[in-house]
Amino acid sequence: MDAAAGGWPDRIHRVLGELDVRQVAYVPDAGHTRLIELCQADPAMRAVPLTTEEEGVALAAGAWLGGQRAVLLLQSSGVGNCINMLALNQVCRLPLLMLVTMRGEWGELNPWQLPMGQSTAEALEAAGVIVQRLEAPEGAGETVRAAGNMAFEGQVPVAVLIAQRLIGAKSFDR
Amino acid sequence: MDRGASERFPLRRREVAGRLLADPGDLLVVAGLGSTAWDVTAAGDRPLNFPLWGAMGGAAMLGLGLAIAQPERRVLVITGDGELLMGLGSLATIAVQRPANLALVVFDNERYGETGMQATHTAHGVDLAGVAAACGFPITGTLREEDELEAALPAIRTGPGPVLYVAKVRAEPLPFALPPKDGAYLKDRFRRALLGEDARAP
Repeated sequence: MDAAAGGWPDRIHRVLGELDVRQVAYVPDAGHTRLIELCQADPAMRAVPLTTEEEGVALAAGAWLGGQRAVLLLQSSGVGNCINMLALNQVCRLPLLMLVTMRGEWGELNPWQLPMGQSTAEALEAAGVIVQRLEAPEGAGETVRAAGNMAFEGQVPVAVLIAQRLIGAKSFDR
Repeated sequence: MDRGASERFPLRRREVAGRLLADPGDLLVVAGLGSTAWDVTAAGDRPLNFPLWGAMGGAAMLGLGLAIAQPERRVLVITGDGELLMGLGSLATIAVQRPANLALVVFDNERYGETGMQATHTAHGVDLAGVAAACGFPITGTLREEDELEAALPAIRTGPGPVLYVAKVRAEPLPFALPPKDGAYLKDRFRRALLGEDARAP
């Protein structure tokens, strides 16, 4: 990895800035830790911690009504919480960029993560969200840029699923 | 407990909506789904209203996203007790962001009006203004009489937010006053009115 360019979260943060994303809705998440910190430290971005993921779907809708772009950072286990709220995006033709860190797939050690992790893409697609996958860190910037352009120019919801293999499975050794 | 108490509340929801929106100017209004969307529409459909037909539990957060994007404009969310109860965590989220330009007025008839008038938790004593105060909203209150509503109007319109008032309104059957239901139309007309004719992806 090019040290000066930073890791994949740094590249995603840089692309979010270039996409003029101004509101960053997030739930606490190990995979997104670095990206959340970068967004919190960025004076051009307003970081908004949520109590549950669907709050972020509604926040992003309000942001767009007011002329700003938003991103929603979440984990696959939170996707199910968003389903009914995603009616906003289909019915109002509202953009949404979701960056979803995956659990419940490659090397998962917590079986409780498997049901939502194994149905994340299917659930999103059933709710009308376009799903893209990020499998390797090298593609992080261009994948998020492509997804953001599709979402904001097309006024559609797009989710990027960030593979668990990229993030690493959570360890339960402590 | 008197289960029929809210049928005798003095405040009438259509009159409260009329008072809140008597001279709306450039106020940005979000209305929660169901009765409050009809109430806001009865007061006058306008491009800067965003009435919801779904997305239950999302009205307050929609108001927050809008308030952050438009810090110079006043944002008023008018929603029902049932709608807010479904997104109760959003009060905590809003309090943390502390948007000075956001006010919420909850029309609390202690009923789920669109589904058969079943009692909501507020009929059993859950205090939504108390929840907002505990979350850290600087201005909160519960309004039961017309003079209390009049006294609260300046805070709702210009008080340092986030502001949340609960208006205890009568549980009563009312004629529908339906806004347009095409969400893409509602969004486009709102953005055009707010951002200009050529409002596009910013």
